[in-house]
Amino acid sequence: MLNKTGIPEKELVLSRFPNQKALLKPKAILECYEDIPCNPCSTSCPFDAIEIGPNINVQPHLLVDVCTGCGVCVPSCPGLAIVIAQIRGNDAVFKIPYEFLPMPEKNAVWDGVNRSGEVICDALIEQVVINKKQDHTAVVTVSVPVEFLHDFVTIRVKL
Amino acid sequence: MRIEKHPILTFPKTEDIIFIFEGKKVKGIQGDTIASALHALGIKTLSYSIKEHRPRGFYCAIGNCASCNMIVNGVPNVRTCITPLEENMVVERQTNKGVVK
Amino acid sequence: MIEKDLIIIGGGPSGLCAAKTALEAGMEVLLIDRSPNLGGQLVKQTHKFFGSKAQYAKTRGFDIAKKLITDLEKFEKLEIKSNTTVTGLYSDHVVTTYDNHEYLRYQAKAVIVATGASEKFLAFENNDLPGIYGAGAVQTLMNSYGVIPGSEIVMVGSGNIGLIVSYQLLQAGVKVKAIIEAAPTIGGYKVHASKIRRLGIPILTSTTVKKAIGKDAIEEIEIVSLDEKWNEVPNSSQFISLDALCISVGLSPMHQLLSMVNAKTKFINELGGFVPVIDHHHQTSIPGIFVCGDAVGIEEASSAMMEGYLTGLYASNHLGKCHPNEKEMITHYENQLSMLRDGPFGIKTKVGLEKLREGNKHAE
Repeated sequence: MLNKTGIPEKELVLSRFPNQKALLKPKAILECYEDIPCNPCSTSCPFDAIEIGPNINVQPHLLVDVCTGCGVCVPSCPGLAIVIAQIRGNDAVFKIPYEFLPMPEKNAVWDGVNRSGEVICDALIEQVVINKKQDHTAVVTVSVPVEFLHDFVTIRVKL
Repeated sequence: MRIEKHPILTFPKTEDIIFIFEGKKVKGIQGDTIASALHALGIKTLSYSIKEHRPRGFYCAIGNCASCNMIVNGVPNVRTCITPLEENMVVERQTNKGVVK
Repeated sequence: MIEKDLIIIGGGPSGLCAAKTALEAGMEVLLIDRSPNLGGQLVKQTHKFFGSKAQYAKTRGFDIAKKLITDLEKFEKLEIKSNTTVTGLYSDHVVTTYDNHEYLRYQAKAVIVATGASEKFLAFENNDLPGIYGAGAVQTLMNSYGVIPGSEIVMVGSGNIGLIVSYQLLQAGVKVKAIIEAAPTIGGYKVHASKIRRLGIPILTSTTVKKAIGKDAIEEIEIVSLDEKWNEVPNSSQFISLDALCISVGLSPMHQLLSMVNAKTKFINELGGFVPVIDHHHQTSIPGIFVCGDAVGIEEASSAMMEGYLTGLYASNHLGKCHPNEKEMITHYENQLSMLRDGPFGIKTKVGLEKLREGNKHAE
C-alpha cells in the first residue's frame, strides 16, 4: 500500500513505535521504510541512539533505551520522517517537523491530521521552536488525545 | 504574482526595472529574467508557433526548449528564460523563425 | 584563439566539483555556464539533501550550491563565464562560445562536459499550451525568482522531482490538486510521498493526462486510467480544472555537444537516454574530452558531485598534472559513489552503467 499510495500500512507504523511503557518517556519514531542512501539522523543524534552503520543504505534502527527524545533528529531528516512521541496521561505529546506558513502559535488549537491527510482530532500547540541549526524546519510540540497515538502525524491550520 | 513570504526562502525587496513589452511600459524587478518578469505580470503567452500560430509559453527554464524565444531590442530568438532583465529592454513576441533586421 | 588548460562546460554540481579538484591539481580552468548564475539545478532546490556528510546531507540544495561556489573562490587560476552558451565543441578541444555580445574561440588541452540533463516531455493533445511547465521550471520560477506559476496545479509524475516540487508548491502557497502517475506504483522515495499524503494531496496511480484544454492558456485537463498493459481504460475520463500543469516524467542527459564531436554514444534506458560511452576515467571516445554528472547518466546530485570530483582528477592526470593526494581522493570518491549506488535505488544505475561498458573495447 505504501508503494501505491504513499501511506504506510498500520503494521508498518506500529513496528516503529516502542511499547507503551517505553513511551512514558519521549522517544523517536523513525518512519523511514526504504533503503535510501542517507544517514543524517544517525550522525545528528548526540546520544548515538540511531544506528545505521557504514553502509548508509540501511534503514535506521532506534536504540530505544538510549534515546532521550531530545528531538535533534527531527529537523535532521531530509524526508521529514521522524517525530518524537510520548504518552503523558490522557495525551499523546509529539514533536513534529513543520515547514509551512503560517507558523502555529503557542496555545493555539489546530487540526490533528493522520497519514492519509484526514482530520482526526484537535491538536493543542504547546511550543514552537526554530533555531539556526534547524535550518528553517520548525519543531512543534503538540498534544492530542492519547487514543490517536498511532494515527496522528501532523497539524493543519483550522479553516 | 510574486511570493511575499516563504517558509524557507527570503525574497528581499529590490529595485523596480522598467521595460517595454509590446509597446507598453511595464515593471519587473532587479534579479528577474525577462520571462520571470512577464510571468509576474500575468503574461503567459511568450510566442506563437511558426505555422499554426499556437500560443507558446515558458516550459523548461534552462534555455533548452526555445518555447520562450522572443525579440529583445530587435534581436530575435532570445531565450528569455535565461536572459537577465535590463532597464528599458524592448520585448516583443516572435511569430516567425526570427529575422535579424 | 584563447588558450586554456581545461574547459569545463556546465557550472552545476558536477562541473563545480570537477573544477575544484582540477584547480587543486594546479590546472588553469575556464568554467562556462549558459545561466546567469552558477550552481545548476541546485540553486532552486529548497529541500534538504539525502546521502552522507560527504554529499552535504541535510543541507538544502541552494546552500550546497553556495558552498561549492565558495570553495572555488580562493583559486586564481579559475575564470568563470556565466550567461555564456557553448556554441561548438571540436575534437581538437576547441570550444566556441557566445554570450549575447561576442563570439569567442578557445583552445583547451582537455574538456569536461558537465551539461546535466533536461526534462523529458509528454505527448498528449495540446501539450504546448502556455501554463504547461516542466517541474524543474516551476521550481525555478518559484524558488529562484519568487514568482507563482499558477494558483491551482496538477503534477504529472510521482518520481522524486514530481513529489518534491509538489511539496514546494504547497510551501509557496499554491494548491496542488493531485499528482498523477501512469505507473501502478509511486516512483520516488516513499518519505516524499508520505509528506504529500499528510497534506491531503491525492496521488492517482495508473492515471495519465490525455488532453489539455484551454484557449490562450491551460484551463482544464482530461485524465484517464490505464490498465496493466498501459492502455487507456474506456469511459474512465475525468476532468480537472487548473491554471498550471507540471510535467515531471524524467530527465534526459544533454549529450548534444558530445554528438557534435562524434563521441560514441549508446541509448541506455536506465541512464535516461543517449549517453556518451566512457572509460573508467570518464573519458569519452574522443581523447581529452571527459564527461560527468547527469550528462552521462541520470542520478542524484550526490552522485553528480562525486563524479565531478573524480573527473577533475582524471582530466588533470591526463594532462600530466596530478593532484597531490590523487590516489586517496580517487579511492575516497569512488567508494562514496559505490555506496550511493549500493542500495535498491542504485540498481537501475548499476545496470545502466554495465550496459554502457558492455562489449566496448574503448571502455575496457
